[in-house]
Amino acid sequence: MNSMMIIGQYVPGNSLVHRLDPRMKITIIFLFVIVVFFANNLASYSILTAFAIITTFITRIPLRFILKGLTPIWFLIVFTFVLHLIVTKEGTVLVEILGFKIYSGALIQGLAISLRFFLLILITSLLTLTTTPIEITDAIEDMLHGLKKIKFPVHELALMMSISLRFIPTLLQETDKISKAQASRGVDFRTGPIKERIKAIVPLLVPLFVSAFKRAEELAMAMEARGYQGGEGRTKLRQLKIKSSDLIVLLFFLAIVVGLFLTRSY
Amino acid sequence: MDITFKDVNYIYQANSPFAHKALEKLSFHIPSGTFVAVVGHTGSGKSTLIQHLNGLLTPTSGEVQIGDYYITSEKKPENLKELRSKVGVVFQYPEHQLFDETVEKDISFGPRNFGVAEDEINARIKEIIPAVGLDEKLLERSPFDLSGGQMRRVAIAGVLAIKPEILVLDEPTAGLDPRGQREIMDMFYALHKEQNLTTFLVTHSMEDAVRYADHVIIMNKGTKYMEGTPEEVFTQKEALNQVQLDVPEIIQFLNAFESRFGISLAFKRQSVRDLATQIKEAFEGVKSDE
Repeated sequence: MNSMMIIGQYVPGNSLVHRLDPRMKITIIFLFVIVVFFANNLASYSILTAFAIITTFITRIPLRFILKGLTPIWFLIVFTFVLHLIVTKEGTVLVEILGFKIYSGALIQGLAISLRFFLLILITSLLTLTTTPIEITDAIEDMLHGLKKIKFPVHELALMMSISLRFIPTLLQETDKISKAQASRGVDFRTGPIKERIKAIVPLLVPLFVSAFKRAEELAMAMEARGYQGGEGRTKLRQLKIKSSDLIVLLFFLAIVVGLFLTRSY
Repeated sequence: MDITFKDVNYIYQANSPFAHKALEKLSFHIPSGTFVAVVGHTGSGKSTLIQHLNGLLTPTSGEVQIGDYYITSEKKPENLKELRSKVGVVFQYPEHQLFDETVEKDISFGPRNFGVAEDEINARIKEIIPAVGLDEKLLERSPFDLSGGQMRRVAIAGVLAIKPEILVLDEPTAGLDPRGQREIMDMFYALHKEQNLTTFLVTHSMEDAVRYADHVIIMNKGTKYMEGTPEEVFTQKEALNQVQLDVPEIIQFLNAFESRFGISLAFKRQSVRDLATQIKEAFEGVKSDE
């Protein structure tokens, strides 16, 4: 299947990051995303970059694989960099190309913003790379627990999330299968004028919808047959528990945050 | 069209932690007009193999030759569409590919894509509908109103309407009732003989392989485990058992017959009726000796 689409594809493993409580991972990433915006000099950026790289290293997922998965994002990062280079007019003029003046401030700012962008995406994709979709939905359900008081359907939301996540690979497989069957019947999805290619999608979409609806019906029936009746009184096979290692990791991360605030310039 | 595989390797999601070798050093040569059965356990690489036959997959290394078309890791033939008009593929559960408003439109979808003229398409439909055991009254119905078995037949008709020279069948009878299975397989076999097709049948059924195939390829873990005529392959009980395959019933019977009565009858792909005659003759021979 499409190897470009690995943003968020879970890679099984048994590293410290894999074993971390998913709620802890989400919390840390949430904090990281906020904290990234406070970095404003070399030292503070270095601390965050070091944290991200060391975390990546700990996961033992091959770096080449992660970087390849970020291919669609590279464009955005480079685009941001170039945009800053052209638009920002601070500091001294470094070089002049074809009438464009490149300022030192622009270079620094472009680098900083691109790096920030890269760190954000790297860290968030590490979450889905090291956490199974089930763990993520469990964690979200648990973290949103408080909303139940205002009658927010937390369990139903989590169930919807896990069902849709569960069926993404199934649908991809189905798409692959049907597009191959139609390609064998002479459909060309890749070349030809746009109008023809849009037309070629119909023989793919109709069977996909038909099978998705059929599958939904079967799933609903199977759930009812097994007595499913919503979240009330439902227990969990895998209980989420905060371990001491989770707390150590959180403390370590908080230390980094403190370090960041000490080194950033005001 | 002749089919030749030369050292074909295929790796799914190469260069990722999910890399998975599906075919390994696969080589064989199939002369035109052969009925080939590809047998193997789930995950043995059968489906990957057949997707190489019309360029849906390109080998990671090695070479596939279909008639005059060459498919290698570097290049697919430019006239891939032409190749696909000569290789008809009936996938597993082909009814999942139905999409058009009426049965007629769905069957003519393939030939229309390949630029067959409208009169020719209509002539083909007239010919195919009874061949696959459908009623012409169904032509104006929506394919989604039909029963599972009828949908399967419509989907098969949609592939046959392309008039391929090579017919690839991936477990075409899975999930049908026994009578339907037999009808559809007999239909494919009649077509194979009549139009001198080269047929690839992927199957779990040893009985089908014995009944129809001239040539058998046994796949195991992406490699070719055994190859030969049904007589050569299916008499090797131990080797087959090692890859969790059983010998066909008729050979099981012949073996049991030999150990019970001490009479050894050769396996020559005889029908049950012929076998009964043979047994009768063998017994009479024993009696007249006494």
